[in-house]
Amino acid sequence: MTDNSQAVAMEGGGDTVWVEHEAFIDRIPRSVAMIFLFVAVVGLWDIVTRLGWVSAIILPTPAETLDDLVFVGANLISGGYMLEALWTTTLTVFYGFVIALAIGFSLGVLVGETKFGERAVLPYLVAIDTMPKVAFAPLFIAWLGFDISSKVALAAFIATFPIVVATAAGLQAASENERMLFKSMGASRMQTLIRLKLLTGLPYIFTGLKIASVGVMAGAITGEFLGGGRGFGALIRQSASQLDTPRVFALILYLSLLGLALYFTVVWAERRFVFWNKSGRPGGVM
Amino acid sequence: MVEPQPIRSATITPPKRPVYEIERLSKTYARNRLVALDNVNLTINKGEFVSVIGSSGCGKSTLLKIMAGLMPPTTGRVVLEGRPVVGPRPDIGMMFQQATLLPWKTAVENIVLPIEIREGRGAAKQAHDKAMDLLELVGLKDFANVYPGELSGGMAQRVSICRMLVSDPAMLLLDEPFSALDELTRDFMNMELQRICLERGATAFLVTHSLAEAVIMSDRILVMKARPGQISEDVVVDLPRPRTLEMINTERFGELVGHIRDLLGKDAHE
Repeated sequence: MTDNSQAVAMEGGGDTVWVEHEAFIDRIPRSVAMIFLFVAVVGLWDIVTRLGWVSAIILPTPAETLDDLVFVGANLISGGYMLEALWTTTLTVFYGFVIALAIGFSLGVLVGETKFGERAVLPYLVAIDTMPKVAFAPLFIAWLGFDISSKVALAAFIATFPIVVATAAGLQAASENERMLFKSMGASRMQTLIRLKLLTGLPYIFTGLKIASVGVMAGAITGEFLGGGRGFGALIRQSASQLDTPRVFALILYLSLLGLALYFTVVWAERRFVFWNKSGRPGGVM
Repeated sequence: MVEPQPIRSATITPPKRPVYEIERLSKTYARNRLVALDNVNLTINKGEFVSVIGSSGCGKSTLLKIMAGLMPPTTGRVVLEGRPVVGPRPDIGMMFQQATLLPWKTAVENIVLPIEIREGRGAAKQAHDKAMDLLELVGLKDFANVYPGELSGGMAQRVSICRMLVSDPAMLLLDEPFSALDELTRDFMNMELQRICLERGATAFLVTHSLAEAVIMSDRILVMKARPGQISEDVVVDLPRPRTLEMINTERFGELVGHIRDLLGKDAHE
């Protein structure tokens, strides 16, 4: 945290007295600051749309957006077609994440633990990782069709790479002394991998999972944009093509709840499994 | 006027029971053909505390790794308790520059880790009582179920002393164990280590950078010179046991430190 406080010298009788003033931003609570920013942004948004500076097709008024939020929310709660779409996307994201975790973790161990993986597999992974992975979407659709599996494939494909990189990096995180300790205790390679390297690497792996949880959402929605189907992405595209901008806004907001749920599940799991890393050595930022 | 006592070389000490014997040890790294150690001969007797000191790159870390069975020598005989050292052994205990405790295990779980690795979880559980005794020995009985994140640097190193002792090693190998601690803690830990070694009649080999630490801790100090790594002098420290920190102020301590500094300086300027 930055220290915005300022000290002012007051010339008293003999000694100089330093009076510290806490900066204004340090004195207001975080929640008040957040609400203030929210009100300011929505207020500006309202003024801009009300005065007609921006076309209603491009940017709806806050009131219209709120109407649509209520409408979509009602549909979701009453178990309408939107809830079905959200459930389809949830399944896509879930399957994509689980597949990415399984493949990403396995490849990460292969790359991080074996010379073969490091020398032969890693260069190909780096080459594929530099490609825009969304460009593979038409291929997945051609291979797997228009149902959920092509979306799952794209979501998993995008989310795999951060997990591979994080796992491989995590396996290198154990210090030279720790490796020497395990060697001196006569630990087998498997014992060293599981009881030292993987556990030491867990904070890294969870950082990868957080990045993957964002990527898997992007993959699922992109897949639904390009491959149709019954998911939330298809609903958004449909509303957008009808220039129903308030609906698009409302759908995106509800979709973000799915992303948040996944992200915070990962955060919760990290707190649960990496209980010793309170300082948040790596991955504290993401 | 008292005649200054000569500083002896180890060749004239009476023979005792050897624990660790090294003969004609050489190590050449295949990678860059560097001769790290050349014709090193060394005997460490039961209950002796021997230090090795030398400039960085003199091969003392290589020597320690070979003695621990972590690295094979190129030629030579390396024998602990009558059996050649061909790999890591349970009768060798090690300490490192850092405590290297696993943060997801409690103090007591860390102490029994060597047993868990070698003999499984069941044996490790049975060793809990022994681990508790060791924690009492280092004055950390109340910290058995504390995670390393809540221990100070000195406390963590005391736990790692317990881990080193849990399998009753015949030989302790200490790789600059307290170099990461502040000086006051370091002095205190050295005195603790001496007490534990004397209580258990332990045989120890210490790698250090500190002249004062080497003199206050050791019965003998091996001075190494670099390129190629060789033991140039084997200095006997004739300060009485148990050593105290006050001995640092004695004339004899100063003479010994000066003598070793001369030996190291001679090597550095050659």
